[in-house]
Amino acid sequence: MIINHPLLGPRDSAEFTYLGDAALIDRPDWQSETAAQDFYEYGYLRDNPAGWHRELWFHEAGDRSWLVVTRNTVTHEIKSVELARDVARARGRSK
Amino acid sequence: MRYSGFRVIKEALTGHKGWTPAWRDPDPASHYDIVIIGGGGHGLATAYYLAKEFGQHKVAVIEKGWIGGGNVGRNTTIIRSNYLLDGNEPFYEFSLKLWEGLEQDFNYNAMVSQRGILNLIHSDPQRDAFVRRGNAMILNGADANMLTTEEIKKRYPFLNTHDARFPIKGGLAQHRGGTVRHDAVAWGYARGADSRGVDIIQNCEVTGFRMEGGRCVGVETSRGFIGAGKVGCAVAGNSGRLMAKAGMRLPIESHVLQAFVSEGLKPVLPGVITFGAGHFYCSQSDKGGLVFGGDLDGYNSYAQRGNLPVVEDVCEGAMAIFPMLGRARLLRMWGGIMDMSMDGSPIIDQTHIDGLYFNGGWCYGGFKATPASGFAYAHLLATGNPHPTATAYRFDRFQKGLMIDEKGMGNQPNLH
Ligand SMILES: Cc1cc2nc3c(=O)[nH]c(=O)nc-3n(C[C@H](O)[C@H](O)[C@H](O)COP(=O)(O)OP(=O)(O)OC[C@H]3O[C@@H](n4cnc5c(N)ncnc54)[C@H](O)[C@@H]3O)c2cc1C
Repeated sequence: MIINHPLLGPRDSAEFTYLGDAALIDRPDWQSETAAQDFYEYGYLRDNPAGWHRELWFHEAGDRSWLVVTRNTVTHEIKSVELARDVARARGRSK
Repeated sequence: MRYSGFRVIKEALTGHKGWTPAWRDPDPASHYDIVIIGGGGHGLATAYYLAKEFGQHKVAVIEKGWIGGGNVGRNTTIIRSNYLLDGNEPFYEFSLKLWEGLEQDFNYNAMVSQRGILNLIHSDPQRDAFVRRGNAMILNGADANMLTTEEIKKRYPFLNTHDARFPIKGGLAQHRGGTVRHDAVAWGYARGADSRGVDIIQNCEVTGFRMEGGRCVGVETSRGFIGAGKVGCAVAGNSGRLMAKAGMRLPIESHVLQAFVSEGLKPVLPGVITFGAGHFYCSQSDKGGLVFGGDLDGYNSYAQRGNLPVVEDVCEGAMAIFPMLGRARLLRMWGGIMDMSMDGSPIIDQTHIDGLYFNGGWCYGGFKATPASGFAYAHLLATGNPHPTATAYRFDRFQKGLMIDEKGMGNQPNLH
């Protein structure tokens, strides 16, 4: 697989390590009433879809940036690659 | 029809006209006491033990393709019970004992071959870890032996014991481990279940569950609705996809694992060997092909095929300990979809939905578990209680902090 890095261009996926579903960006609020249940779901439950999947890849052997890759788990086709930083900010993280 | 040596000779002398199909091809009935989804090893074994051990005969196994086309026919056929943790080892040892009597039990030649498995050791801390594991195995009634480098050299003279980058410092052997003809396991269980009245329904995909008053009362399929007293899911790599139809999210990710077979060679490798400094393992099939594999590709996949970086990694592992493998040509390679759980251990449990049961999370080690998984799942479905060797395989262990994490990797499925 080739991952088209937004800053560096096309890179071999072997340069990256894989973390999992990009929903991990949305860390639950630890002060919420339902925090215990929320963290259980966050830590352990996954949608695991067959089809399009937004997921976190780390460019370990490269510029060490985190990416959000939208990839089809049935065909391995990659539709879009974004900097995780931008995705997280757009979702209201790290203000 | 019982199979026997006598029968083979009789058929040979009479033109092989007396053989009958090993199982029927029935149309689905409108209702069963128990419907099993998934005609892999686990689903078929469950149906077999339900009929044979628990007196349940109104049972159907529903398979979307053909039986044995999933992981049960894609794995590298290794059986063993060399686990460390209390939640696992009694279960896998129960499984190994069932393997030992399986062919007589279901009257089918599954080519169970206890040729032994050897885990190589390459450092002192690794030896400590393997001694601990061996002791845990012995405590649970399994066999385990520590071998020295000299003993290993004598048994496996082709291993690189002189100038390897990761020197071989010994090994943990389980002589009762070995290999089994994987397809024959599916066929043997199917035949045994069918002869006891179980309907095996192929080319029938489950597309949804029918719920009434919070209870699961049957399954929607590509061949119509099939009613059920209880529904047991056993679809391995497709677990996430199937249970989503019941509104469930699972502590599971689906990942692809590849396997490889070389051209047929004369007998060179007497058992199963695993490399302890990288991810590589190998055995030789009875046809002569070297069967080997390594790590997961590492990303979510339902594609049943992997990519080249893992091929390179596996071949590097091979060359590191088996330099002779470099001369063999690769004949075939393929992938299967693994139901990787969050702690690397399986689940055999009821769901929060009445009448709906789940078996999955087998990762890359579910083939060896087939007999015990079928037995334990049948026990749960028939009696409502978990089998004594499978009490730890619960859904709620993740919420309660009771993970069974053999490798200590945490909730990162691609590292288990
Ligand atoms: C390359 C590779 C190597 C492996 N090596 C080993 C090994 O050496 N030792 C070991 O112990 N384990 C090994 N495994 C793991 C082992 O093969 C699996 O854990 C085990 O086979 C899973 O259980 P199963 O046989 O029931 O799965 P499967 O055979 O995959 O059965 C599941 C069935 O469910 C069916 N299904 C799915 N969705 C539906 C639906 N909606 N409706 C109807 N049917 C459906 C599928 O078609 C499939 O036939 C390996 C796996 C792979 C891929």
